[in-house]
Amino acid sequence: MLSLESITKTTQDWLLAKFSPQIALTLECVIIILLAITLFAMLGLVLVLLERKVAARIQIRLGPNRVGPGGIFQTAADTLKLIMKEGLTPDSADKFLFNLAPFVVMMVAMLLLAPIAFAKNFQIWDINIGVLYISSVSSLSVIGILMAGWASNNKYSLLGAMRSGAQIVSYELSAGFAVLTIVVLTGSLQISEIVAAQENGWWLFKGHIPVIIAFVLYIIAVTAETNRAPFDLAEAESELTAGFHTEYSGMKFALFFLAEYINIFIVCAIGATLFLGGWMPLHIGHWESFNHIMDYIPSSVWFMGKTFFLIFVIMWFRWTFPRLRVDQLLNLEWKYLLPISLFNLLLVTVIAIMGWYF
Amino acid sequence: MFLKDYISDVVNGVSSLLKGMRKTGYYFTHSKEIITEQYPDNRATLKLADRFKGEVVMPHDENNEHTCTGCTACELACPNGTIKIITKFDITPEGKKKKAIDAFIYRLEMCTLCNLCITACPSDAIKMVPNFEHSVFDRSKLTKILNKPGSKIKEGIE
Repeated sequence: MLSLESITKTTQDWLLAKFSPQIALTLECVIIILLAITLFAMLGLVLVLLERKVAARIQIRLGPNRVGPGGIFQTAADTLKLIMKEGLTPDSADKFLFNLAPFVVMMVAMLLLAPIAFAKNFQIWDINIGVLYISSVSSLSVIGILMAGWASNNKYSLLGAMRSGAQIVSYELSAGFAVLTIVVLTGSLQISEIVAAQENGWWLFKGHIPVIIAFVLYIIAVTAETNRAPFDLAEAESELTAGFHTEYSGMKFALFFLAEYINIFIVCAIGATLFLGGWMPLHIGHWESFNHIMDYIPSSVWFMGKTFFLIFVIMWFRWTFPRLRVDQLLNLEWKYLLPISLFNLLLVTVIAIMGWYF
Repeated sequence: MFLKDYISDVVNGVSSLLKGMRKTGYYFTHSKEIITEQYPDNRATLKLADRFKGEVVMPHDENNEHTCTGCTACELACPNGTIKIITKFDITPEGKKKKAIDAFIYRLEMCTLCNLCITACPSDAIKMVPNFEHSVFDRSKLTKILNKPGSKIKEGIE
């Protein structure tokens, strides 16, 4: 059966047969880099189009429908426009940092791709501290945002960056606690083991109500962490200028925009891995025939389906809820999400110790 | 007591958010709710609301007759001088002189579509139609004479 696992296996065998191990490893790295860049470009195009279509349907509109059938080439045309535009750098800006910042943000997004299991045995780097790696690397994106705000030499950019940074840092706490609940239940930080632990049922179903609460908290926290509505008050397009990327234009702006969507994909992929079983098919107890049918659906389809479902939920949030004020935002985090997630973590620990999960 | 308030806050908040999501989810799954008109493509089947006001016209029947008596009530009612009525005197078969309109001049470029002339008209001679494609290359084309050439007043309208 053709699967991503067999493709990677034959590629590696062929490379090892033709070249020495060092060159084969280098070539594999080059292939992975090319694949990652392609995935990023495709994700940028697909997610922006998806967002516009979902927004249109929720607002009882049709959305982009002129470029290509059903408007599917709209984002490609937009990207072409952004490439043609002038990449302006303000005169008094710190030119080096100003041009570096979009790449820092993109690089953080790319680093986060490494431990994600896209399909069965299809993972760039199955590091044994996968979850820790994800939570530590994802907090680096604040540096890129602050760099962009500072280097623009514009007070509005700097304030936008500060607000963005404060928001990301504070919501990382409850996202971390939500991730910890799964670590407690699995007893491992390795992504492949977390996925393997969900073979007889996803954590969302196995872990009773505390895991469902943790899932809801995770979704809320990552929505805030990726600076999306209803928590997009750092760049609130209808009220403020664009926040930290006020001074950016052309392709440098597009990189920030792309990084935002890539980050949504990554947090949804992590959420799908931790709570919805990653690439694991849906298995229900002792329904052997049902489980067999589910096994026939490729694991990559399962993973992408779950991830895109979560992305859709986050888009659904954006087009339903009104934006929060800054005091409401901090109230929500420090008075509601954090105490609930602390208490929830305690509950999950008790469940894990007593073995009360399925 | 505090804990009770706290929990009810959370429950109320979550349930009201879910209510909103149910509404938008309904719109997302029901494509028949979409109200976008694909305008230039569906020009033939375009359906506008009855109350849509686009332009003042004077309806004529099959004998090229209208019901305008030339009373100038619409001209007086118009707040910005859009309507100008030029009257003439027809000679009736009995040899009497009768007032009639020579030209009902309507300047669309000055009209605010306020509907006051239609309500002022005692004989329902003019009406609003849902016609909105008014762009022309020359502004003078927007000054229209509403009574058709050779038309006359319908019998029995005073």
